[in-house]
Amino acid sequence: MKFTLSWLKHHLDTTASVSEIAETLTDLGLEVEAVEDPAERLGDFTLGRVIAAEKHPDADKLKVCRVETDEGERQIICGAPNAREGITVVLAKPGTYVPGIDTTIQVGKIRGVESFGMMCSEREMELSDEHSGIIELPSGEVGQRFVDWLTANDPAKIDPVIEIAITPNRPDALGVRGVARDLAARGLGTLIARDTDPVPGTFESPIKVTINDEAREACPVFYGRLIRGVKNGPSPDWLQQSLKAIGLRPISFLVDVTNFFTYDRNRPLHVFDAAKVKGDLRVHLSKGGEELLALDEKTYRLAPGMTVISDDTGVESLGGIMGGEASGVTEETTDVFLEAAFFDPIRTAYTGRSLKINSDARYRFERGIDPEWTPHGIEHATRMILDHAGGEASEVVVAGEIPDHARAYRLDTERCSRLVGMDIPAETQRATLEALGFVMDGDMAHVPSWRPDVMGEADLVEEVARIASLTKLEGKPLPRMHSGVPRPILSALQKREQAGRRTAASLGYNECVTYSFIDRTAAELFGGGQDASMLANPISSEMSHMRPALLPGLLQAAARNQARGMSDLALFEMGHVFEGGEPGEQNLCLAGILVGRTGPKDVHGASRAVDLYDAKTDAEALLSAMGAPAKMQILRSGDAWWHPGRHGVLCLGPKKVLGIFGEIHPRILQALDVKGPVVGFTIWPEAIPMPKKAVSTRPALAQSDLQPVERDFAFVVDRDVAALDLVNAAAGADKALIEEVRVFDEFVGGSLGEGKKSLAITVRMQPKEATLKEKDIEAVGVKIVEKVGKATGGTLRG
Amino acid sequence: MDDLRDKYIQAIAGAEDEAALEALRLEAVGKKGEISLKMRELGKMSAEERQVAGPKLNALKDEINAALAAKKAALGDAALDARLREEWLDVTLPGRPMRTGSIHPISQVTEELTAIFADMGFSVAEGPQIDTDWYNFDALNIPGHHPARAEMDTFYMHRDEGDNRPPHVLRTHTSPVQIRHMEKYGAPCRIIAPGRVYRADYDQTHTPMFHQVEGLAIDRDISMANLKWVLEEFFAAFFEVDGIKTRFRASHFPFTEPSAEVDIQCSWEDGQLKIGEGDGWLEVLGSGMVHPKVLQAAGVDPSEWQGFAFGMGIDRIAMLKYGIPDLRAFFDSDLRWLKHYGFSSLGVPTLHGGLSA
Repeated sequence: MKFTLSWLKHHLDTTASVSEIAETLTDLGLEVEAVEDPAERLGDFTLGRVIAAEKHPDADKLKVCRVETDEGERQIICGAPNAREGITVVLAKPGTYVPGIDTTIQVGKIRGVESFGMMCSEREMELSDEHSGIIELPSGEVGQRFVDWLTANDPAKIDPVIEIAITPNRPDALGVRGVARDLAARGLGTLIARDTDPVPGTFESPIKVTINDEAREACPVFYGRLIRGVKNGPSPDWLQQSLKAIGLRPISFLVDVTNFFTYDRNRPLHVFDAAKVKGDLRVHLSKGGEELLALDEKTYRLAPGMTVISDDTGVESLGGIMGGEASGVTEETTDVFLEAAFFDPIRTAYTGRSLKINSDARYRFERGIDPEWTPHGIEHATRMILDHAGGEASEVVVAGEIPDHARAYRLDTERCSRLVGMDIPAETQRATLEALGFVMDGDMAHVPSWRPDVMGEADLVEEVARIASLTKLEGKPLPRMHSGVPRPILSALQKREQAGRRTAASLGYNECVTYSFIDRTAAELFGGGQDASMLANPISSEMSHMRPALLPGLLQAAARNQARGMSDLALFEMGHVFEGGEPGEQNLCLAGILVGRTGPKDVHGASRAVDLYDAKTDAEALLSAMGAPAKMQILRSGDAWWHPGRHGVLCLGPKKVLGIFGEIHPRILQALDVKGPVVGFTIWPEAIPMPKKAVSTRPALAQSDLQPVERDFAFVVDRDVAALDLVNAAAGADKALIEEVRVFDEFVGGSLGEGKKSLAITVRMQPKEATLKEKDIEAVGVKIVEKVGKATGGTLRG
Repeated sequence: MDDLRDKYIQAIAGAEDEAALEALRLEAVGKKGEISLKMRELGKMSAEERQVAGPKLNALKDEINAALAAKKAALGDAALDARLREEWLDVTLPGRPMRTGSIHPISQVTEELTAIFADMGFSVAEGPQIDTDWYNFDALNIPGHHPARAEMDTFYMHRDEGDNRPPHVLRTHTSPVQIRHMEKYGAPCRIIAPGRVYRADYDQTHTPMFHQVEGLAIDRDISMANLKWVLEEFFAAFFEVDGIKTRFRASHFPFTEPSAEVDIQCSWEDGQLKIGEGDGWLEVLGSGMVHPKVLQAAGVDPSEWQGFAFGMGIDRIAMLKYGIPDLRAFFDSDLRWLKHYGFSSLGVPTLHGGLSA
């Protein structure tokens, strides 16, 4: 919402400066977004008078002028055709910045003759596009500041423009008068009465208006009147300037009048060219399928239930949103039918949204205009039209009734202190509300018709506090809920999330935060991409579906980094993935990827390509950091985006999956344009069983004084035997004695023959009662060989 | 006897290596060594002679053994010194490369603000990112036609033909967590709810996803003055500037009443923004007293309970605190950015250790 200072002063009698007004507006909740004050850049220009102008000795078009200034007589070279003796001019003396040419004036020589300043055109001062000559003022004293002269003689030229952001609850401030009322309530001036006497009609309007029953809520009231014999054309200067200053294009006087009241009083109006209206006007709801060529020159096809105004030939206007081109006024219009109606905010909002029309009228009707001012609107506009365009007004035709908006709430003057924490005297509170237009009746505050937002007692407190200024609010300590040391507040899962994140970073992974939505193709690659997780209005096709997994986002990040020349990557993300489109269909995941080599090429030869076991190591470390049990099953039942032979599902049974690690399927990498191989993992922190009860004491440490014994075994097994099965079998040979079984070698092929491999294990035995004798050890050895043979078909390697 | 002694002591001193020393040992005190032979001769001596020669020979043997041991140690030391001289390495060569991971600024700042609010008794609540329009709008006093809905650039989820429920939304703010929390736990309560939020807007300063933290404190007598204190304490702790000033400006949000936008003190010098000094103001959050209708929607009796709520951009305060220029880069995962603006894995922010120390 933009307005000029002079427009504000049309409603507010104030001596406050522009900056005072701006600060106050922001403090009142009418946040100032910009103040443009032309006077600021014109402050240094002063008036002078040309005493003599003679031809430059070396240039035909230049003149050497002698100019009287406040600092005495000066010589100035000027090229303007109108530079001549006796005229009063605007001077930029040396040192003055001239905005229109972006130059600070210096003393200089022009074609060999010295010049001490410049006489300016309007364009050079950014006052207009006028540049045919220098400014000639009809009055003014030598040495007078040009700004002061403009203020006295042509204030519109330097009228400051203020732009404010209006929150949706304040439709009243979408009119300059509403803004003025707030400032007056704060004490920054007094509101000027701007009423007008009704214009008596001299004839009956030939155009009648009816409202269909079904449209009574959509348009409760409609005022109209015909004005005949008007002379449309360009608006008077003051009106054109007012509109231009706030960024509106003057169109023709009749249209400009409607725009003026839209901004002056938040009262949108409409004008029909009466000659183009066939028969009477009827307000009704659209049936659907009607078409209207609107004033924005676009044709709209209407859905059922939109508020429209029709004549005998069909729809002529979209109520509260935009008029139709066919019945619009033109320069030639002589008989105009003026409309002031009230359109329901909700229906206006829905209609505007579905037709995608953003107009000043829609903006205001959907926030709510002052219903009581509907008849005043028509009188004010009639008066302005008659004053400037002549003509004769008919009697006012009225359909429907002004909707009932009367309501009152109790002002509890204690509540302000209780809710806000500010002590404001009861009398001040009442006076504040009255200044805003509330009518006090005992404790009851009757809400003014222009404040549809005030719907309860809390709103009264808000008004009182707002006008009193929240800037004055003093902070007051919020007491602790428990005295003493604060209690921990994180849940077990929140702590687990933090542990996972910090551990991943400790393992050398860089944390990423990628978008929760990805493109359909990437989503489909990872089992997503269904309609349920699709956005109805994505910002681009790259962000159309909620991510089913974290890996696609990380892989796309890897591709971007590779394109920038970074090839060794360790990236992770902790965040939610979505299995559907219902609230709660989201799961917390931790995923990481390793790409390229373990590090740059180095003098120690330590750098090598990352592999599956790197991912496994990290996945297990992370699971452990997040509280997973040490023993997990490893299944090969992972999804299709993993390398079929190179992944493992870490689980506590087939249905209790805690994580997956492995190599990403090369086809996935190709589709996402990632140079592989890439290994990675995904972990579901919520799936890790929570400890039953937090106990801080540890179980007692059992330390044996007896020597542990280690024995190595090598088995020949089929190639597809899982090492873990062999280890588990060996460990099962004597659960009490065997403390640990480790695989320390794998050898494939060679003399073993096709399809065979050798696995070597170290078995560590920890006796608890007596030192192990050789025959005890041998007995365990036999059992190990037997168990392993049974479980895997393996035999001791000869 | 003295000759013998001198001969061996000199020879031992002159031995060049352990082999020469061993040869000398055999020659002197070996089974058939000169001194051993002499000791054998003692038996043939008279008692008087033996009494003189015996101790002398024994002393000589001890002396030579000691000299041999000392020389052996000396030779060993010299050999070690020589070996160590050979084992010189260029210590300026780099060590083995090690990857260094990092924590994203969003996570770090979320932990920072959690630490601060935890001290004031706020716990951390969470909620779904896809939510119903009731939780995201209606319950927060934003009915269907409210202009705020359009202004929020809401992302809607797809609805199948025939499913006539209003479409779910990607939450446009963390405020729905207020409702869900109060529904479940009632009043009194103190929570913050950090998390991802979504708005259909993408330009220099907007991304379609960003992060907010919601704050909610409900009790019998919590006022806006408490809100101001909490925020002032928060900003002082977060920006690590004691006495940082805040400014409350009246504003409007459908879910609070009265509402205020909050600015923090700042200065702009040579294009450099400094928080906590100067006369400038920078808008950082929206806040207010929870609207009675919102309490009602969440099943909390507004005649008994009242309190405040606020919402602020985590990305934004991270940018302000750490001088990160471009919001869009937060979500681009450029390794150079992650390393430059990221945080150490062990740099867990705590109040006792300092948040950003």
